[in-house]
Amino acid sequence: MKVKRLASWLWPVIPILAALLFTSGLLLLYKASPIDSFRAMYDGAFGDQSKTLSVLAFWAPLTLSAVGLLVTFTAGLWNIGVEGQIILGSIAASWVALKLDLPSPFLQVSAEILAAMLGGALWAGIAAVFKTRGGVNEIFGGLALNNLAIILTNYLISGPWQPPEGGSFRGTQPFPPDALLPRFAESRFSPLSMIMAFVAIAVIIVMLRGTFWGLKLKALGKNPFSAFLLGVSSEREVILAMMVCGALAGLGGAVRVLSWFDSLRQSISGGIGFLALLVVMLANFQGYWVPFIAVFFSAVLNGSISLQLRTQLHSSLGGILTGVMVLFVLLFSDIGAFKWARREKRE
Amino acid sequence: MNDAEFVRMMASIILASSPLIIAVCGETITERAGVVNLSLDGTMLMAAMTGFVMGLKTENIWLGFLAGAIVGAVFGAIVAYGSISLGKSQVAVGFVLTLLGDDLSAFLGQNFTRIPGQVVKHLGIPLLKDIPIIGPIFFNQDMVVYFSYILIIVTWLFISRTQPGLHLRSSGERPEAAFARGVNVRRVRYLYTMLGGALVGIAGAAYSLDVKIGWSEGATRGLGWIALAIVIFGGWSPVRGALGAILFGATKAVATILQRTFPEISVVAFNAIPWVLMLAVLFVVGSDVTERLIEFMPKRLQPPLRRMLRITAPLALGSSIAEE
Amino acid sequence: MKIELKEIRKYFGNVKANDGISLVLQAGKIYGILGENGAGKSTLMKILSGYQPADSGEILLDGRGVRFPTPAQALQSGVGMLYQEQLDFPPFRIVENYLLGRDRRVNLDYKMAEAELKQLASRYSFNLDVRAFVDSLSLGERQQLELVRLLAGGAQILILDEPTTGISAEQKELLFNSMRQLAHEEGKTLILVSHKLDEVQELCDHAFVLRRGKLVGEIDVPCPNDKLVEMMFAQIPPRSDRAPRSDRAPLIATGQPALELVDIIISTYRLIVEKINLTVQPGEVFGLAGLEGSGQDLLLQTCAGLLQPTHGHYLLAGQDVTGWSYHRIQSAGVAYVAAGRLEAGLVAGLSLTEHLVLAQPEHTFFVDWSGSQKDCSSRIEKYQVVGTPNTLADELSGGNQQRFLFALLRDELKLILMEHPTRGLDVRSANWIWEILYRRREQGTAILFISADLDEIVERSDRIAVFSGGVMSRVVKAKETSVDELGHLIGGQA
Repeated sequence: MKVKRLASWLWPVIPILAALLFTSGLLLLYKASPIDSFRAMYDGAFGDQSKTLSVLAFWAPLTLSAVGLLVTFTAGLWNIGVEGQIILGSIAASWVALKLDLPSPFLQVSAEILAAMLGGALWAGIAAVFKTRGGVNEIFGGLALNNLAIILTNYLISGPWQPPEGGSFRGTQPFPPDALLPRFAESRFSPLSMIMAFVAIAVIIVMLRGTFWGLKLKALGKNPFSAFLLGVSSEREVILAMMVCGALAGLGGAVRVLSWFDSLRQSISGGIGFLALLVVMLANFQGYWVPFIAVFFSAVLNGSISLQLRTQLHSSLGGILTGVMVLFVLLFSDIGAFKWARREKRE
Repeated sequence: MNDAEFVRMMASIILASSPLIIAVCGETITERAGVVNLSLDGTMLMAAMTGFVMGLKTENIWLGFLAGAIVGAVFGAIVAYGSISLGKSQVAVGFVLTLLGDDLSAFLGQNFTRIPGQVVKHLGIPLLKDIPIIGPIFFNQDMVVYFSYILIIVTWLFISRTQPGLHLRSSGERPEAAFARGVNVRRVRYLYTMLGGALVGIAGAAYSLDVKIGWSEGATRGLGWIALAIVIFGGWSPVRGALGAILFGATKAVATILQRTFPEISVVAFNAIPWVLMLAVLFVVGSDVTERLIEFMPKRLQPPLRRMLRITAPLALGSSIAEE
Repeated sequence: MKIELKEIRKYFGNVKANDGISLVLQAGKIYGILGENGAGKSTLMKILSGYQPADSGEILLDGRGVRFPTPAQALQSGVGMLYQEQLDFPPFRIVENYLLGRDRRVNLDYKMAEAELKQLASRYSFNLDVRAFVDSLSLGERQQLELVRLLAGGAQILILDEPTTGISAEQKELLFNSMRQLAHEEGKTLILVSHKLDEVQELCDHAFVLRRGKLVGEIDVPCPNDKLVEMMFAQIPPRSDRAPRSDRAPLIATGQPALELVDIIISTYRLIVEKINLTVQPGEVFGLAGLEGSGQDLLLQTCAGLLQPTHGHYLLAGQDVTGWSYHRIQSAGVAYVAAGRLEAGLVAGLSLTEHLVLAQPEHTFFVDWSGSQKDCSSRIEKYQVVGTPNTLADELSGGNQQRFLFALLRDELKLILMEHPTRGLDVRSANWIWEILYRRREQGTAILFISADLDEIVERSDRIAVFSGGVMSRVVKAKETSVDELGHLIGGQA
């Protein structure tokens, strides 16, 4: 028995190594040394303080979204719309930043954060209602809402919120400095975002494991009919789960728009929503792994941008490494258990 | 807008919709077999890049299309393998492949962006293209567009009028009954996921070789997702799917026209139309709204109406096959 | 064609569905295969038709050993089966359904198919609209279509598995006439799998009786009914040898029934359950007998609120709860224990403690895990479940899952609805379950249960009703009836 447990722990290692091999192969194809490239990526991520801070600044919204997705995955949902929920959070925070002038920075930022969470939750709630009342699969509802969020952003950037010197489609007019999250040194990193991420992790893990609601979601995700017979109302819980995720994603959006940038931009969500889905998949839907895997993703992705600057290799290499890793782990991580079971059967 | 403008606009809609039509036909076949290939967006990106590069390198545009088809078949094979043989979630595998396809195409295509390559040659059909209005719109196009017409017909004929088509449909509707009739459901699902994927690959290549010539990072981004949605609100039928694809392409053109007529309303509102339309149609399809509307009709009309508006997914879509 | 089955064995885990069955069938005759649910009739026929493989044993056609990997290949050798769950394709057109798997040709020749269909159908006086879709046909018509398809495919041996459930009397007439024609005039071999004695008597020439996976007898038919009943249900030891009845508390008749059904009609795609009138008193144990698909399961689901009746009223302790949802009825003090266990009631992947927390009527925001664990431990002990609070539901054996489902029941219940409460349990566990239920009964809980085990029905109930083809028989007192009488009621003879 113990050997089997050990084997099931070890086996994910094999797909991960295979992913590294695959990426190395790709690099060799381009006449680049894998060792040098990986080292360059590492340098690009943690080489000096400002780079490390960039990684952390990317990590915070990624973690916030991933933690939110833990909730929806527990309920058995594929919340593809998380990208749009991040954007709506950014939009809501931007609205407060541009339109409200509250007496103290503390109040200002708090209002922005609150608005962001509400915005994200609302957007998620729409997708959820379409699912429960309209039978629209949350994948396609989320897809449509993602695009609508992008369109809304573009409208705001080029229209009502355009910078005073004229629309440039890059971003809205910059926010007053008091509206932004306090940043560390000259970087884009706000320690506040890190605190929020950790608080979120803790709160969600406690919610999922320690509350009755979390248990209801777990049952719903595993067997909706039995859950129903045990008293769980799927409509209510689906909507709530989506809104919780939306709120956290929206919070991530606030971090993006109030610290990584200083205004609402075109690619404000930066693909973080989709990445968060991958993070949770690679973490095998376990909360504890999420922050670490998010660090890995942030490091690889930021590092590969530096890699592109130094060599000629396109920064999507980082996405390839992480994507292939998730794919191999997804497909092959229980090959070990599979083969073990077959061996046992033969004996 | 005068006639000439109208014709030009319609012709460009048809051209722009044809890759989408090809992709929709491909995914319709796959889903009728009971498999959801969520990787379409990544497939099309990868196929667009590969098709363009292959055409460039070999100076043979048809090899470019072949490369696109192979890419599509490979993506389909991975989805099929992951779900049929390994028992993993089709959605999960497809989703990862979507993102991977984007990154891989960006990486491998990095040296080929924004350079000219092969282009599908224009091919007006003599006689037919001179028919007033319809002629220039439909018959003054190129091989890709004509292929899409033929594909709609062939797909429809195949699905509803052939024995293999029955095998396909039975695998997606009731695999256990299909088994009883001697259909090898596993093989059918593998085959048509790969075939459908190949068609999606051709669609991707068609984009970079015909519609929006050349390759640049993320050129076809979003089209695969749209194709997936159109398959649903086309009710898993190639003809209705093609209409949906054209409708989608048309909304963009309609948006431009409407914008000229109502300049006060921002461009945004019109860009949003296709997505709002998608949500509305999916809602109508998925809820019991249509059923309730039909119940209002006189009894005699109900069955044929139901038949026409029948938009039910293949019953066994996305499920795994129990080993007998 | 002569068919021989030799020592057919099929196991599903520990269950011996077919335990060494051998029989011989001759051409030109109609055979009946009789037996209770779980006797192994369908399993055996599915092996013969190629739907599933036997674990051991042989099938010989005219002395030649054959093996059928799929039903399609069985049909090529001449064996065709009409399955109970109708393996056809509702969204297809009739001709498409007919043509699927017919030959290797790519083209579908609709004209030929329509002509063939019409010709074959008329030979047996079937009236099929060849232009229609399969799902617009009635069940009987779908059967006729399948029969015609099998005949066109060259079937010499036709197996019909419970064909008369849910079809009209005229369609039954047509079917039986066609079967007689096929066997006696055309020399084919017909096999009727049924639990309805009168139909077997009416139609068949010879009957085989299965019980608990074995062939217990065969006899030429028609014959005295008692002989068939005896073989099907066997003698049980007289009731006095089992748990004594006399020391159970007498029925508490407080006047107001716990459950009252007035003129209830339930309508589903497969079956319509005719007017039901039923009352169950608090503290009463009411047993519903009948073979699967006869409607008792639908009635139970309606009482639970999972189905809504199309007509009638449902009263719970005097209150009209007609149309109430499942959750509402649950909170009114009704518990529904389904037979499915892992499909319906337990969640694979969740621990026993987690189930217990979910099942409680009261909950706090934060779950008191240690308290719930202790509670779970004590319940596990009380109900003698082999497992720990952290065991996952799917790790329990079937019997323990059943016990655990009982452990989850709330304390004060007006009504317990149960499907097959002791299925798969050994005698000791079954007795234990019933001890628990009797204790509930003393608290005034009414119990309405379904069982396929007639012994259990007679033994444990106060009153009994039998379902057959969607119709509920008259209500009988358990004390005044016998297994034989119930057997007859099940067979459809009031």
